[in-house]
Amino acid sequence: MLDDFLVRAALAGLGVALAAGPLGCLVVWRRMAYFGDATAHAAMLGVALALAFDVSIFAGVLVVSMLMATLVSTLSGRGFAMDTLLGVLAHSAIAFGLVAVSFLSGVRIDLMAYLFGDILAVSKGDLAIIWGGAVLVLALLAWRWQALLTATLNPDLAQASGLDPRREQLVLTVALALVVAVAIKVVGSLLIAALMIIPAATARPLARTPEGMALTAAGIGALSALGGLQGSLWFDTPTGPSMVCIAALLFLVTLLLDGLRRGLAQRRSGRASG
Amino acid sequence: MPQLPGRRCVSPLVSLTGASASLGTQEVLSGVDLRIDRGEIVTIVGPNGSGKSTLMRVIIGAVPLRQGRLEHAPGLRIGYVPQKLHIDPTLPMTVRRFLSLPRRVSDAAATEALTHAGGAGLAGRQMSDLSGGQFQRVLLARALLNRPDLLILDEATQGLDQPGSAAFYRLIEQLRTELGCGVLMVSHELHVVMAASDRVICLNHHVCCEGAPEHVASAPEYRALFGTGTQGALALYRHQHDHHHDEGCSHGDHDHAHDHDHDAEAPTTHSHEAR
Repeated sequence: MLDDFLVRAALAGLGVALAAGPLGCLVVWRRMAYFGDATAHAAMLGVALALAFDVSIFAGVLVVSMLMATLVSTLSGRGFAMDTLLGVLAHSAIAFGLVAVSFLSGVRIDLMAYLFGDILAVSKGDLAIIWGGAVLVLALLAWRWQALLTATLNPDLAQASGLDPRREQLVLTVALALVVAVAIKVVGSLLIAALMIIPAATARPLARTPEGMALTAAGIGALSALGGLQGSLWFDTPTGPSMVCIAALLFLVTLLLDGLRRGLAQRRSGRASG
Repeated sequence: MPQLPGRRCVSPLVSLTGASASLGTQEVLSGVDLRIDRGEIVTIVGPNGSGKSTLMRVIIGAVPLRQGRLEHAPGLRIGYVPQKLHIDPTLPMTVRRFLSLPRRVSDAAATEALTHAGGAGLAGRQMSDLSGGQFQRVLLARALLNRPDLLILDEATQGLDQPGSAAFYRLIEQLRTELGCGVLMVSHELHVVMAASDRVICLNHHVCCEGAPEHVASAPEYRALFGTGTQGALALYRHQHDHHHDEGCSHGDHDHAHDHDHDAEAPTTHSHEAR
């Protein structure tokens, strides 16, 4: 079954989406969308370094993403304006990455594959790494979930309950770097953040509890991955971007439905009182 | 540092000795001594930016001390009601789910805590749909679920009208009696808060003065910070206090002298803390 490249692609997409959905919710709740972007863009630099030192792309991306995420969370505690800082870091990282890759004269690489992913070329080994990483991320989130939520609501609240908000921040940093490292093959450096943020944003109006939103986001991510893969076959479009397109369409649909629902509720209450 | 009679020998819930703390480069607290015992309500008053919230955050361990010492009683459980809890609109959260943070609690315990805090029937609501008063009651219910030894309230009545905050403080007093916990509060609403306190600490980066509410209200340091205009409010306070609590009479005018006596009487605690 795994010999079929389409099956491998579908499984790879599912693995990334299932981990990115719940993590994306935390990123959205903590207003860290740009933080995810910066970490993902740093992946390009990781690719360049991995090629230069002849180590696995996964390892290179993991290390650089981790460094970037740690750098950002350290600097953010020191009174820098976050949006500016992340704007500087995210784009510098990708620019340096691209420049670094151009220095590697010996290797011929397909830049597009790292910027936008190359899910159809996923090997069995890649699949093992993707699912290993995804399970690790989900286990990490499940283990720290209560503490992560409390620290997300209010760091002082966590502190007063004997939790250390900085530790939870570190957990999130590690999870983020892991997701970036496993997702680069699937959607590429530029679109990883989209696979975290869009399903979470889509799930928001459908959920009443944090857990509900995390599960819904995972489901929407999975739907986008499979839908995008199918769409790219039908219309002969690039797969990674197609997945993001499906996610964006789902976002639009729930947004409209939610607007409609609110409108109806308002009308009903208006009629009741009037 | 005056202490209430009869509590000297009991180890305090929290004690701060010579505590200094900075936010960024600015020193916000310097040389603060503070002690809170089980069963007493201590209120911190002070002008804006006087370090009240920082002091709260020092006590829960969120702000490290630059100097001095912070001691918690062993196994101290803190129930913390923050000044402001902004829940991001992207985060769906029912009251019931919120009460299960960070420790999951049973439905029965959640209902009981909500009823206790005066928020019965709110469990199914979204946090974002609550009114200011309901929100504060839910925060309080969550703090109670931890069965706290010490309840810390930072400007807990912000956004409540005066009858609302008076009711809230009555609730706090009642909870103190029921649970036997210590209570540490910060507030702007001098007269309401002082009516509900056993001890008031007037803070302006350092402890300006402290003692029973009436003692503090007549202290020159307090008047320098808040003016004499608050005397009218205190008259109201006296009236209310006599009305609600008989034991208020037995303190009365003696407080000032009493505190000083006590300072002189209690060298043991002081030398102990110095060590």
